[in-house]
Amino acid sequence: MYRYDEFDAAYVKDRVASFRRQVERRIDGSITEDEFKPLRLMNGLYLQLHAYMLRVAIPYGTLNSRQMRALAMIAQKWDKGYGHLTTRQNIQYNWPALKDVPDILDALADVEMHAIQTSGNCIRNVTSDHFAGAAADEIEDPRPTAELVRQWSTEHPEFLYLPRKFKIAVTGSPNDRAVTKAHDIGLRMLRNDAGEPGYEVIVGGGLGRSPFVGKVVRDFLPKTDLLPYLEAILRVYNLQGRRDNKYKARIKILVHETGIDELRAMIEDEFAKLYGPSVAADPDEVARIEAYFAPPTFADLPATSDALTQAKAADADFAAWVDVNTDEHKQPGYTIVTVSAKAIGEAPGDLTTAQMNVLADLAEQFSHDELRISHEQNAILPHVKQDDLQAVHAALAEAGLATANANLISDIIACPGLDYCALATARSIPVAQDIQRRFADPVRAKAIGEFKIKISGCINACGHHHVGHVGILGLEKAGIENYQITLGGDHTETTTIGDRAGPGFAFEQVGPAIERLVDAYIELRNGDDERFLDTYRRLGLDPFKAALYGEPKQEAA
Amino acid sequence: MAKLFKPKIISANDLFDGDVVYMNSGYGWTRKLAEAAIAHDETGADALLAQAEPQQDKVVGPYLADVALDDDGRPFPTHFREKFRTRGPSNRKDLGKQATNPERREPLAASGGI
Repeated sequence: MYRYDEFDAAYVKDRVASFRRQVERRIDGSITEDEFKPLRLMNGLYLQLHAYMLRVAIPYGTLNSRQMRALAMIAQKWDKGYGHLTTRQNIQYNWPALKDVPDILDALADVEMHAIQTSGNCIRNVTSDHFAGAAADEIEDPRPTAELVRQWSTEHPEFLYLPRKFKIAVTGSPNDRAVTKAHDIGLRMLRNDAGEPGYEVIVGGGLGRSPFVGKVVRDFLPKTDLLPYLEAILRVYNLQGRRDNKYKARIKILVHETGIDELRAMIEDEFAKLYGPSVAADPDEVARIEAYFAPPTFADLPATSDALTQAKAADADFAAWVDVNTDEHKQPGYTIVTVSAKAIGEAPGDLTTAQMNVLADLAEQFSHDELRISHEQNAILPHVKQDDLQAVHAALAEAGLATANANLISDIIACPGLDYCALATARSIPVAQDIQRRFADPVRAKAIGEFKIKISGCINACGHHHVGHVGILGLEKAGIENYQITLGGDHTETTTIGDRAGPGFAFEQVGPAIERLVDAYIELRNGDDERFLDTYRRLGLDPFKAALYGEPKQEAA
Repeated sequence: MAKLFKPKIISANDLFDGDVVYMNSGYGWTRKLAEAAIAHDETGADALLAQAEPQQDKVVGPYLADVALDDDGRPFPTHFREKFRTRGPSNRKDLGKQATNPERREPLAASGGI
């Protein structure tokens, strides 16, 4: 894992000290809220419906046990005993008092964490594949690239006041788990015909009120050209991006209005004008960063574990969990464990202090001291020996973390919605909870198969509803909550924006509608292995629309 | 015919902990909607807001919100967003105002509740 050097440590501590003084001045009345708001947002502090909210970055989703214990301690000491994992690999605390926030940030700095770049019109916390460094399908670990981009972008003087926020994601696998095509810039690591490492650069993806799938702006960018090329893109965006209308200020609109070919020419022109070597990362610094992400020392193990085979034969619940919540590791005898933060009936992504401490213990004991946080609001133990899975499962079960639902219908993404968020137009969490309860039976859920439901409580789409197999968007209509359903979205390398099914549903009608949809899918699918998304692509909207609106009593608002 | 004026209160968030607060008739701040000063006309609403806006050392973002009045003249929210603000997260009854102030549920029942 990356460790702060002296510069990083001093910089983060200095930022905390500055913010401490800013908070003091706000409290003693020296500065107004208008003056304070941009300062607090630069440090991740929002004001929500019921309280302040502090959004803490987990850069590229990677953290160790010491950091996880600090997150747990913060939840216990300064918040209400829990934190919320977000769709951008952050953790949010929902109840901090203003005066305590500098102390929280100091506690974070002690473990090399911060809340910088979690708000504002800057380059945000860089996200990545949550299986990074572990996945069997990985071409290269994306985290050194993500860390390099983090260092380049942090307080980059030219890009602190962009037209709008700017989000970058990196994947090192052809199977895209980092939603790169729905980011302002997506970087997909690959090798050219000569075997040299580089990136496919995607630009202009995004969700929100105007969803766009990103477009390829460069088929192959040599690895060494990364920072100059990013600088060129940001420079073109900074100059050409619209500042007259907040809703048209993201780079996706610039790509859409200008056209990718013309924009590519502008970017390449800017890239050619830049003196690359002055911007490109120092190879020694790149090597220094990469060294931190060297794989842990794995044991030499057989590809399959006899202990695991026997344990699965003896315990059906354990076997079901292994089948659903583990993924193939690049090292024989190891596996990647997805720890579901989606227990039936709980808020998606919420982890208690006790659960965070259990995850820290398990990471330390069984996963080379590493954890990941996924954009799907789950935690990952990336390097677990198959031999240890039974012990890991037992400890998770005791902590309420062994729900066997990864990628299934109850593994729902849901933003905080109107239960917390000041921007929300409707609730998300209770909608997710209702659907989870309807599909609580693990046998039924497994029979349904991969089924991605994503729920947003407003048009800003933090819940990624556009790219859910089933997307649910909560709006206000005539003074009540109303939910639009989209079908056929896809967040992977074949990113697709879902189709709006029709009129919205009232709060209590959403769950029954999803049940009818699932029943129709089971009826229509071409064998048990055909996922909902595949059936939808084969048959189109009509049969599913009929199912959603089939009930005579449904009240289309 | 003049547009019917809906009674209004001033709401904001407390500067120090972010909790939902309401302006009372002494131009101070209360955490209970039942104690909020009620404006019955446009002039009264403007006067309340004029008292609230300078109080930046106590609150953040004061604004006028519509209320309805029950038979005893107590205010209750008319919009579901404001109903949530009187309570806390609907999925966590142990958090927010609803955790420490269960009697807040009473006036809401009159508005149909959630």
